[in-house]
This record gives sequence, C-alpha cells and structure tokens, in this order.
Amino acid sequence: MEALHDKKLAFLEEMANKIRQDIIETLVEAGSGHSAGPLGMADIFTALYFHILNHNPKKPDWPDRDRVILSNGHICPVLYVAMAHAGYFPVEELKTLRKLNSRLQGHPHRTALPGAETTSGPLGSGLSQSCGIALAARLDKKKYQTYCLMSDGEHDAGNTWEAVMFAGKNRLSNITAILDRNNIQIDGFTENIMPLEPLRDKYESFNWHVIEVNGHNFEQIVSAVNEAKAIYEKPTMIIAHTIPGKGVSFMENDFLWHGKPPTKEEALAAMKELRTLEGRIKSEHE
Amino acid sequence: MLNPKAKLNPKVLESDIEQKPTRDGYGQGLVIAGEADPNVVVLCADLTESTRSEGFAKKFPERFFEMGVAEQNLATVAAGLGISGKIPFISSYAVFSPGRNWEQIRTTIAYNDSNVKVAGAHAGVSVGPDGATHQAIEDIATMRVMANMKVFVPCDMIEARKATIAAAKIWGPVYLRFAREKTPVFTSEATPFEPGRAEIFWESEKPEVAIIGCGPLVHNALLAAKELEAEGISTMVLNNHTIKPIDEKRIIEAVKKCGAVVTVEEHQIAGGLGGAVAEALAKNYPAPMEFIGMQDTFGESGTPNELIEKYGMGVKSIKEAVKKVLKRKEK
Repeated sequence: MEALHDKKLAFLEEMANKIRQDIIETLVEAGSGHSAGPLGMADIFTALYFHILNHNPKKPDWPDRDRVILSNGHICPVLYVAMAHAGYFPVEELKTLRKLNSRLQGHPHRTALPGAETTSGPLGSGLSQSCGIALAARLDKKKYQTYCLMSDGEHDAGNTWEAVMFAGKNRLSNITAILDRNNIQIDGFTENIMPLEPLRDKYESFNWHVIEVNGHNFEQIVSAVNEAKAIYEKPTMIIAHTIPGKGVSFMENDFLWHGKPPTKEEALAAMKELRTLEGRIKSEHE
Repeated sequence: MLNPKAKLNPKVLESDIEQKPTRDGYGQGLVIAGEADPNVVVLCADLTESTRSEGFAKKFPERFFEMGVAEQNLATVAAGLGISGKIPFISSYAVFSPGRNWEQIRTTIAYNDSNVKVAGAHAGVSVGPDGATHQAIEDIATMRVMANMKVFVPCDMIEARKATIAAAKIWGPVYLRFAREKTPVFTSEATPFEPGRAEIFWESEKPEVAIIGCGPLVHNALLAAKELEAEGISTMVLNNHTIKPIDEKRIIEAVKKCGAVVTVEEHQIAGGLGGAVAEALAKNYPAPMEFIGMQDTFGESGTPNELIEKYGMGVKSIKEAVKKVLKRKEK
C-alpha cells in the first residue's frame, strides 16, 4: 500500500464524492434499493478499492487478490459503483441495477458478476464465508487478506456470533472485519431494536483485536487496516462509526432512508448538495 | 429373480447377511476421497464419531475443522472454503444440517454455486429411541427443491462409500443422506454405481409392478419381491439412489413395462422419492401409483424395526401396496 500523501487524499475525497453522486443516480434509475447504507459506506469502499486492496480489476479471478466480502448485501450499490470506477465493468452498466438480465442483481450474486466474491443479502452469513476463505488461504499458504464488510443490524443474528467465535478460536488474523456502525436498521435504532453495546467488549472477549475509527476519515481507516495487518495472533474488527446517508443532509441519521431510494426531486436536491461538496473539496486541495 | 448384472451380495435374501450402517460407508469414503485429493476438507458440528467423520479427522487433522454445535456456521464456513478451491464435506445429523441451516445452504452453497457436500446422518425414523426430534423425514424434499443441488440416497454401506467418493469428484453442491442403524450390506464392490442412473436389482418374468426405492429400504423391497414372486406376482425393483437428477429414462422404461408403480422411502411421501417419481411419470407416462413412506406424520421413540413396521414401511406393507396398485391397474 502506498503512503497516504496529500495528493492521494484529495483523490480519495473526490472519488468518494463521485461515488456518492453515482449511488444517487443509480438508485433513482433502479427505482428501488437502499440509500443510507451505501452513502454511509462510500468512504470505506473508496479507501478499499482505490488504496488498500491488492487487486487487479482486469483479472477478477487472480488467485492472490485480496477478498472483499460484503456481508450486508443490501448496500451493494456502493460496491457496484466502487467496482465500476475501479475498472471491473463499464460505469455505464450501473444503469442496469435491479433490472432484468443485469449482472447487477438487487443483492450481489457471485456467479453473475466477476469480482463479486460471494452471494449475499440474507444477513449474518458473510463473516462465516470470510472464515472459510481465510482457512483456504491458510491451507494454501496464500498471503491474501479477507476484508469482511458487515452491518451492525446483522449482529442480531446468531450466525454472526457463531462466526465470531470460530474466527477467534482459529486465530484467523488474515481476516479484517469492518463494521458499519451507523446505529440504524429497518425498524429503527439498533439500541432500541436489540441492544448491541458494548460491542467492543464483546469482540474483545471473543479474542478479537478491536480498533474504532471515524468511518469518514481516510487517514484513520487506512491506519486501522495497517494495524490489523500487523496483528498476527487475532482477527481484527474495525468498528467504523459512520453517518448513514452521509453527504446528503436530509438523509443523514434518519432510519427511514435505510431501505428506500430517492424520488427524482429528492435526487436533484441530493445531487445539488453533493456537487457543492465536490466544489468545496476541489478548492480545499488547490 | 435377482438381476445378475447388479452383482448383489450372494447372501442378499438370507437372514444372516452382514449388517453395517450407511454412515460407515461415508466415513470410509471420506478417507479415500481425502487421499485422492488434497483439497478435500471435512467440517463437523460436534458429532465427529457418530457421523463417522472421525477417521478423516485422525488421518488429516489439518484438513478437519470442529465447528461446535453451530450448523449455520458449518454451512457458511464451508461455503467460503468451497468457493476458494476446497471440496468441503459438512457432517451432522440431517435434522440439523440440512434442517436448521436450510437458508444458509440455499443462499451460500446452492445459489452461490459453492463446491460443498452436505452429509445428513441419522436420516429416517430408524434413528430409533432418540425419537422424532432426531428423525429427519423431510430432508430429501427440502434439498431436492433447491436449484443447483444434487441428491444421493445410498442403499447400503458399500453404496454409501461409492456415493461419497463420487460426490467429491462431481463439481458443485451435493446432498448425501445416511442412516444411523445397521442395515444389510446387500450390494457388492462390483455392483454398478453411476450417479443419476437407477439400477434394476430384481426382475421377475413379465413384471406387473415396478417397485422404486431408495436407501436401506430397498432391501425390504427385495424381500417383498421374493415373497410376491412365490405368490405369483411378478415385480421389478429399481434402486434409485439418485433422487436428483432423477433418472427419468429408466423409471419411464420400467413403468411402461410394468404399468404400475410403488415407491419406497424412509421419508415423507410428499416431496421425496415418491414425489420425484410422480412428477416424472405425470409428465411422461401416468400410471397407478402407491407411496410407501411416512404418511404426513412424525415418528416417535422405539426400535428401528418397530418403527419401520408401525409406520408402514416393512415388507408386509410393501406387499400390500403392490397388491393394491395391481387392483387399481386392473380396473
């Protein structure tokens, strides 16, 4: 991984803004899908696909590539937009999201889209699959890292904790999990639906290394991933505190935006905000 | 008479025939598959001895993973291994896997097209005294309806070994069904086993009813066929070890020849072997049909033989079904 110098930082901020704009346009075109999660995770996906990952978008089946496992498949618009901009498939294809015969299924499907590592959507099974992929790496003496992107809501599921125990037991240090701690799920705030705190203590008691970051700060995200790579005796959980709907003021922190797309009018308003932000990022770095 | 081409154990119809559980064949097959391919790995959910995963675990400890009582994780960790070049076999009782983890198998193994082999042990009421909670009688149906999934139900220990070895070589998701109780080892090493191909084990002259079975109950079907022949009723017995893809060609051939059919399985009569055969016949060659199996009820505690008799899957019940279907045919 190269150093995160100012020029790269400016590039990442601009790319994340571009990805947010394309998420809005893609969702409006699709007419259904989730808004808050993809916007909230845009910075982390930008950091992964444009700075952290050891990958080759032109060779999605390269055996030594780092793996990105999206456990909460419903935020796939951010995965698709990041992958398209990274060069996995044409940006133009984003318009086909959720439409008949598209490779961009409503929830990611491994055999439909090269570069989508697993099929996901039903919550709570991504970390387990990451464990299997990490075990295979260990058996084959491969160096690749497995990054598992998880939601906080899916920590209600027993399957998630089965995997947490298993990764701890087997010291799967080649797994770095990144938790989108945005505090919302479909029915409301996570701590009202099914309290998850103290999450950090829970993971530590299951023999994980835990780092907490601001999920919108590239320096913190990159530094946490570097720290995770240096931990050899445990898997690492990066709890990324994020703002759902980040970048669009009327979507931020509102759980009602979890599972719906913007209307055309709302999208226009959102795009206006994001373009203003784009101008600000550019002028700041000039 | 017995079909000589099936090369069955010469003691097939004798009472002192050797008895071994089909799960033993799974255990042996795992070791052979593991020797043949270093990518074979085994995962087990706290039932290593009784699912017969033990032999593999001892021989290849670095390729064996103890998952604890966590069948959802069992399936999904295997899914990750199976999309990373490994050939995982997951072992538990069928009520738990594929029972408790059905959705995980559906999404992360079948739809995900991961190369995982699901092995359900202790299937059927012949589990015995443990009772209905531990007797899987829905698993053929729930696995058969999944796209991308193949389903094998071996009839004895030797066929179970062959099916396990075959599953390791077939690319893609497979469900293998095994039983707890010792049952007659009535095939031989030379008995043909080809995935997707039903084999004729018995054929009397001018057969009037085709008995199509799967699993250890095929032995009861053979005993019934012998007694029926003595009573002047000619039958054919097909060992249909592959429920999916079902061997439509040989099933239709058999039913065209006989004109009536009885299916025999230690499973609910809805959705299992009987369902698969009925679907094949309804599309191609409808014929009078009777179903031997669990009649929309749960099992209970008891000895395996008591349960097989009480729930109508014994030799007597098979004979009665044959006679009943013959009457329907004559009408």
